[in-house]
Amino acid sequence: MSKIFYTTTIPGNGHWSLELRRGSLLKMTDLEGGANIGMLFYNPRNLLERYNAPDTLKCQHTFKLQRGNCLYSDMGRIFASIVEDHSVNGEGNWHDTVCGNSTTKTVEEHWGKRDYQKDRNQWLQNGYDAFLVELAKYGLGRADMASNINWFSKVIADDAGNIKLDYKNQSAGNSVTLRFEMDTLVVLHACPHPLNISEQYPFKSVQIELGEADPVSDDDYCKNFREENQRGFKNNELYYLATKNQFSHT
Amino acid sequence: MSLVQSNLHPETATARHNVKAGDYFLGEIKQGQTFRIVDLEGNQAADVLFYNAKDPSERYSAMDTIRTQGNLYLSAGTKLISNASNELLEIVADTCGRHDTLGGACATESNTVRYSLEKRCMHACRDSWMLAIAEHPEFNIRKRDITHNINFFMNVPVTAQGGLTFEDGISAPGKYVELKAKMDIVMLISNCPQLNNPCNGYNPTPIEVIVWN
Repeated sequence: MSKIFYTTTIPGNGHWSLELRRGSLLKMTDLEGGANIGMLFYNPRNLLERYNAPDTLKCQHTFKLQRGNCLYSDMGRIFASIVEDHSVNGEGNWHDTVCGNSTTKTVEEHWGKRDYQKDRNQWLQNGYDAFLVELAKYGLGRADMASNINWFSKVIADDAGNIKLDYKNQSAGNSVTLRFEMDTLVVLHACPHPLNISEQYPFKSVQIELGEADPVSDDDYCKNFREENQRGFKNNELYYLATKNQFSHT
Repeated sequence: MSLVQSNLHPETATARHNVKAGDYFLGEIKQGQTFRIVDLEGNQAADVLFYNAKDPSERYSAMDTIRTQGNLYLSAGTKLISNASNELLEIVADTCGRHDTLGGACATESNTVRYSLEKRCMHACRDSWMLAIAEHPEFNIRKRDITHNINFFMNVPVTAQGGLTFEDGISAPGKYVELKAKMDIVMLISNCPQLNNPCNGYNPTPIEVIVWN
């Protein structure tokens, strides 16, 4: 059974970054209902290798992210797999990866100016600046920022391509769990989704749990979710060829 | 889908570039200039990136463009937004009707996932971009600046259920898209060499770039 070693809470305007080893588990839980977690991945050995949303979508012929989906780098490798996805209403979550971030401008238009003097740590942080702060810690900047994932945010499109944020699925207790398939620098924020138009800035905190995943079996759900994912796992296997015996990830 | 014709004539153009199948185009477009990309023989995808000519870390952003217009597809009237939330260009004419910005570019690495590990040496858009920036260091564009692009003439519909497919192109010989630059920009095009899916009708063909002052 997988084990959880550390549990923490990120406030609904907070940001964090950490390096996770291959075989790690990261579980995110929406504590109040209506949370959003922006997330980006980089290869700590080569920061130019990063999460690639278009490759992730087209390799799996999907617009939404759900259980079974793998999250690809621009080098044809898998950073992480979505191994569990629980929604309280039983319909499963649907996560966005095309809308990007809230910005200084969008936050100011809806909820006002970011102001530490007035608000202290309840300031109205935006997702774009939250990412820039974390990225700068690794020598990265706006040129390194790619299209991010927005966990728990369901964005639907009509036939004409018009998009909207669907709030119906949002609930306290919704959770999603990632298993890391390679060593990964994880950059995250809990700022509002850019299409969120709530009356108040939605300070929606999230729980983050870190642990160790069970070994990947041959009949693993994510690995067999699509034929393409089998080849993605093969690319990871090649990347870790020399250290392969340390893991049962092949 | 709204189709908008242009009143500009190729005879009055200041520059015309024929970009052959599988080749790249890298060049500057000045603020106020208009240019047209023509799908000469039909069903050809043009994978395009745009940069602020003064600072390539400011560039076309698919997600900011989608978020700003509240729509996934690009067509006449679409403003192309940068990662600093500025307007880079506007699509001023379009006889195709819909262009993709979700599908990204083909790369040798993603080809291994999509088709076969043993197809890793087939020519791909990202390799064309890599060749372009290696041969033209004067533009100061590096690998970190290579990001999510526009696929002009490509049709990637999203369904209400959240599916995404690469459909046969809705383009045809002579269809075009025309853009006006709102700042000095650098344009990097890979005329897509992909042979494994219908984005080029399994037969990549040339495009033309026509520029007016």
